[in-house]
Amino acid sequence: MDTPQLIKVTIDGQEVHVPVGTTIMEAARQIGPDVAPPAMCYYKPLKGSGGKCRACLVKVSQGSEKDPRPMPKLVASCITGAQDGMVVENFTSPEVVEARKGVVEFLLLNHPLDCPVCDQAGECHLQDFAFENGVGTTRYEEERRTFEPENLGDNIQLHMNRCVLCYRCVYTADQITDKRVHGVMYRGDHAEISTYINNVIENDFSGNVIDVCPVGALTDKTYRFKSRVWFSKPVDAHRDCDKCCGKVNLWYKGDEVIRVTARKNQWGEVEDFICNSCRFDSKKTADWVIEGPTKVKRASVISANKYPKNEIKKPAFALDYAAHNFKKINDDRPYYKNLKEVKGSEDYKALMEQNAEFFPKETSKK
Amino acid sequence: MAKGIKILTEHINTPGIETFEVYKKSGGYAAVEKVIKKMTPEEVVEEVKKSGVRGRGGAGFPMGMKWSFLAKPEGVPRYLVCNADESEPGTFKDHFLMKSIPHLLIEGMIVSSFALGAHKSFIYVRGELMYVIRILEKAIEEAKAAGYLGKNILGSGYDLELVVQPGGGAYICGEETALLESLEGKRGNPRNKPPFPAVKGLYQSPTVVNNVESIANTPWIINNGGDAYAALGIGRSTGTKLISASGHIKNPGVYEIELGLPVEEFLYSDEFLGGIRDGHHLKAVVAGGSSVPILPANLFLKTANGEDRLMSYESLSDGGFASGTMLGSGGFIAMDETTCIVRNTWNFSRFYHHESCGQCSPCREGTGWMEKVLHRIEHGHGNMRDIDLLVDVAKKIEGNTICPLGDAAAWPVASAIRHFRDEFEWHVKYPKEATMKGAVYVKEEVLV
Amino acid sequence: MSDKIAFSEDRLAKAKEIILRYPEGKQKSALLPLLHLAQEQFGWVSAASMDYIAEMLQIEPIEVYEVATFYTMFHLEPVGKHVIEYCRTGPCCTMGGEEVYDHLKTKLKIEANQTTSNGLFTLKEVECLAACGWGPCFQIREKFYMHLTNEKVDGIIEELSK
Repeated sequence: MDTPQLIKVTIDGQEVHVPVGTTIMEAARQIGPDVAPPAMCYYKPLKGSGGKCRACLVKVSQGSEKDPRPMPKLVASCITGAQDGMVVENFTSPEVVEARKGVVEFLLLNHPLDCPVCDQAGECHLQDFAFENGVGTTRYEEERRTFEPENLGDNIQLHMNRCVLCYRCVYTADQITDKRVHGVMYRGDHAEISTYINNVIENDFSGNVIDVCPVGALTDKTYRFKSRVWFSKPVDAHRDCDKCCGKVNLWYKGDEVIRVTARKNQWGEVEDFICNSCRFDSKKTADWVIEGPTKVKRASVISANKYPKNEIKKPAFALDYAAHNFKKINDDRPYYKNLKEVKGSEDYKALMEQNAEFFPKETSKK
Repeated sequence: MAKGIKILTEHINTPGIETFEVYKKSGGYAAVEKVIKKMTPEEVVEEVKKSGVRGRGGAGFPMGMKWSFLAKPEGVPRYLVCNADESEPGTFKDHFLMKSIPHLLIEGMIVSSFALGAHKSFIYVRGELMYVIRILEKAIEEAKAAGYLGKNILGSGYDLELVVQPGGGAYICGEETALLESLEGKRGNPRNKPPFPAVKGLYQSPTVVNNVESIANTPWIINNGGDAYAALGIGRSTGTKLISASGHIKNPGVYEIELGLPVEEFLYSDEFLGGIRDGHHLKAVVAGGSSVPILPANLFLKTANGEDRLMSYESLSDGGFASGTMLGSGGFIAMDETTCIVRNTWNFSRFYHHESCGQCSPCREGTGWMEKVLHRIEHGHGNMRDIDLLVDVAKKIEGNTICPLGDAAAWPVASAIRHFRDEFEWHVKYPKEATMKGAVYVKEEVLV
Repeated sequence: MSDKIAFSEDRLAKAKEIILRYPEGKQKSALLPLLHLAQEQFGWVSAASMDYIAEMLQIEPIEVYEVATFYTMFHLEPVGKHVIEYCRTGPCCTMGGEEVYDHLKTKLKIEANQTTSNGLFTLKEVECLAACGWGPCFQIREKFYMHLTNEKVDGIIEELSK
């Protein structure tokens, strides 16, 4: 038979039919981002990844149609195969939510939280994961673990203190590049990404470790401290490359290409890895054929301030609904450049008058 | 009950038992002769199944059942790996068995390999026991010279090679998939399961991993029959068990007991531990190696409903974690009233922090966190909220990790607080007294 | 590259024998035994000796570094003539291990991970050595010293200092 056999899986109350051998994670991703468990170490394009971070733990409340017993423990959805008739609880299970809070806390335990100076901030999976699944405070009072800095060469910057030991860069070096010179040294909470002998990571595809890194442990040295991601504008572009697919995102700041990365899918995964010459050596617009703006998720900070009013399309049904249900606001207030102008405006005066009782007299006198 | 029967240690005091000659004279290698000449591999598996012998490494999974899970695809080699990476604090029985009577393990390896159809089997011994590795290698040489190992064993056409592999100092390699990784020359990171070793183990081939003591039981089972073994012991705890005894007892050492022996008899009779050292009282017991829950003496001797507790898988775990513990690997650590439970918990916690492989986040980060908090409490810098914090961290590690090391790290902390909370509180409330040398908090009613 | 390093003749023969123990193509399994062999000869495991082993097993050097740093038995830095690996785990402590350890440190005038000024002793703290009922204990190379007391420790140190 050519058609693959499909099995039925229910995740957070939503049914999906997937081929035999699909993991719970992949089944959930088919339903959509609302039910897909978070992942810090699992990376579909990298064989063998997953199972380590425990961010994607889910509860299996029914093992399968044949054997409906629940699984005794929470399971990592990225490595657990779905069974026919399986029922999975993800965001709907208080147990899972609680365990995930724990995972966030564990991952942040020794994390330096140096987001203000971290190049990854704004596109960091740990930020997203913590924001969506964690709590706002920590109970950790002990000293944080730190590592000696190690220089990996001119292109890749290693900040071991930020690493969550997802092993993705190790798999990338094994599977995408032709020689691996870095790995995980030592063990336990002193395990670290290192070359051990202060080697330089240098081969045609080594730059991909930057893209797979979920946090700011491996960043692009040529882009270091140049901008913040939300100040730059990504566009899709391609070029003929004899080494790789040549399909990239160019990150513009003004007219300058400040960074080149591989394209990431909805789950933040790179499907077509790119070579170092595309990434590090082709930073002129002339090197590329521009396809158009990269689609950015609305929730992402990268989309902030990127879309002028006239580019935002409001669907007809929404406008219709609004017209019937809400009062129209006149939003034609002028935009003022400085405080002096603001204070002179009619808007401001009216506002102050209305609220005079809240302001001390001398201020309102002015 | 045939009292005092010894399956593994009957000949252990015979002078020269470490040599092939003396071992053979004491009835050794009869099981190899029997399986090779008179039995099929399936019959051997059947006998082991009948015996009901359970894995002696700690988990207590029925060995025969584990064997029967082994996948047998055509043209793919199968492996037997003996787990001699004994590193659980409190456990030293395999060390003792291998150095004293190496041929027993070798014989068991031949019998078991034959049953599983393995032609190359490994004994993974922790690297610290290099002298034991040399003893085993010598024993293998002797067995080979006598025709019990190598090509065409006893003219049967069955070939078997035994390789002794040293570890490198990592408790985690006692976890079977970490052991296999280590045996493949990699870091001892436990694998994600499934696939289980029975399907994809060593070199991605079907593999069975068994503890030293489990394998050493097989010659007796073959010689006397699985039913005879099953007749020993009590209920589903069949046969005998080696118990490593340490701590504040009169006679520390390794003992072979028939499962079902009353705890009280084991602890106090002169035949076994001889009681607590003179002038002292039992405060707490860790019954099965450092990872199992610690129990206060009063809860240990009797079960929750007042019955005598027995040395068996079931009786020791009676009452769940609320008032029970586990037989585990049989690492019996007795502590008298001079033991500070907080210090001891910190010590165990440091062990698990040191031994975590660092692969999955709850264990990597959680073990270190618990150790640091316990260190603070022990050294007089604790807070009351730290105690609940420890319980919560332990809960968040337990069950959420790739391998059981997470559980092993969480249980001692959770159980110590469950049963000795007032001692932790005393450390927080009276840091000055608690950090004085030799100062220990004792509650009379837990002592026995 | 650092200085060329090589196994002595008998160890080389041993290494070759070890590599042949494993199924074809699985020679990486010989890694731990070879690291032990290197440590036996050189006293510690240097990057150069790891590179040498990698070459012998036809694997990448990084694979050796990863493994050697994972296992605690391998000394990654030069050590004294006798490495005392002292068990500091619970059961040994119950049997008086902490007091004996303090005595040992005072006697040698060093702390853990230090080497005496005469280069004779390096002190390392290790976890459970599976000799709990025979504790307190420490290990020097392959030899176990068990049922330690302060006096016994004095005797051992004096004997080894000769």
